[in-house]
Amino acid sequence: MLTKRIIPCLDVRAGKVTKGVAFQGNVDVGDPVAMAKHYYEQGADEIVFYDITASHERRDIMIDVVASVAREIFIPFSVGGGLRTLSDMRRVLLAGAEKVSIDSGAVRNPDTIRQGAKAFGRQCIVLSMQVKRVPCTPNIPSGYEIFIDGARTATGLDAIEWAQRGEELGAGELVVNSIDADGVKTGYDVDLTRRMAEAVGIPVIASGGAGEPSHLYDVFSQGNADAAIVASMIHFGTYSIPEIKDYLHRRGLPIRMV
Amino acid sequence: MIAILDYEGGNLASVLRALDHTGFDACITRDFETIRRADHVILPGVGAARATMHHLRARGLDKLIREEVIGGGIPFLGICIGVQVIFASSEEEEAECLGILPGSVRRFPSVFAGEQLKVPQIGWNQVRFCRPHPIFSGVEDGASFYFVNSYYPVPASEELVYAKTTYGVEFASVVGKGNLVATQFHLEKSGVPGLRMLENFCRWDGSLC
Repeated sequence: MLTKRIIPCLDVRAGKVTKGVAFQGNVDVGDPVAMAKHYYEQGADEIVFYDITASHERRDIMIDVVASVAREIFIPFSVGGGLRTLSDMRRVLLAGAEKVSIDSGAVRNPDTIRQGAKAFGRQCIVLSMQVKRVPCTPNIPSGYEIFIDGARTATGLDAIEWAQRGEELGAGELVVNSIDADGVKTGYDVDLTRRMAEAVGIPVIASGGAGEPSHLYDVFSQGNADAAIVASMIHFGTYSIPEIKDYLHRRGLPIRMV
Repeated sequence: MIAILDYEGGNLASVLRALDHTGFDACITRDFETIRRADHVILPGVGAARATMHHLRARGLDKLIREEVIGGGIPFLGICIGVQVIFASSEEEEAECLGILPGSVRRFPSVFAGEQLKVPQIGWNQVRFCRPHPIFSGVEDGASFYFVNSYYPVPASEELVYAKTTYGVEFASVVGKGNLVATQFHLEKSGVPGLRMLENFCRWDGSLC
């Protein structure tokens, strides 16, 4: 039986992890390679890196980070943030990432998804989306709208329709980030996640809102998520990955125990 | 020296990195002499069966694998697409494959027992051993490994099946015969048990006793 995946997310700017971290022990705080290795050893099922470096020339630093991570961890990891072209994706994959995550770039040019899937296989292409609750309208029948550019810009796209289009174009997995839930730590948007899981035939990864292990239980059991992204609840040392996995395992979910 | 076969498939470098990490000397190569002299040969990769076969044939690697690697007794490991092409044929675009083992490759059903089955399977799933194999040494029966596959091998004989996994259907996740062994899951992306199996393979002399 396929297990539910727990995926730590690291935001990287100019080669350093940005969100504050409070690791116990001897992990070099802020070093993405050291943190990835720590989470790998703790039993993370996969790791996600978002490159939030602003300027284009500094993206080379991220390629170095990806190459270093690939030498240290032996589980899949994906890289997102600012990937627009096939050659952007190819560089990241050749440096050792298993998957690329595309977001605003895919909204601006949906053909990026198709091209990426054709060149690298659909299992390499993760479509990430930023979703906000809005009033239901004829254009947004689900009441969930896609935003881009760090949740600043509304697109007028219905989130469910965009997810289905992304799947048709060749996305292999979906990351569904709830803008409303992000950073609030009151739980994932379970309703949004479940509606996505019902609407597509590819794995759905819930993101945004995790504050405690029961939030993961809810999004797996009621939201039908295949995987869940965790960030601050582990970066600040509030919970460890083994604690989260133990909790979910005890509550009867299929979890990879290491 | 361990030879990782270079056929323009994806994922070759991640196998090389995993071998580097475990301290084995390996190279990615299509050079016949290097492959003939190798202590172990690995055919890894992600991709489609037809494209993989096309690349292998274009380089003459199909014949080399069949006659001199498998036929020559060199321990051989297939990973993911590397397990699928060792059978006679694949449902994937009806590709004709290497035919080293009798059997075929089938696509997961999109609905199983009334439940929607997501295809491809992506994630960690349990590998249950059916019988001992030298590459299983020190690995827990039922440990989870990382899978990415839309197709699964269907060997013609149960004697070829060393481990099974369930994703809707129960399928052979490790197959083998003599000096050939192949895993549907990605050893190089499966954490500690994956690295252990890879190390076991690199220490294996190709015999089963």
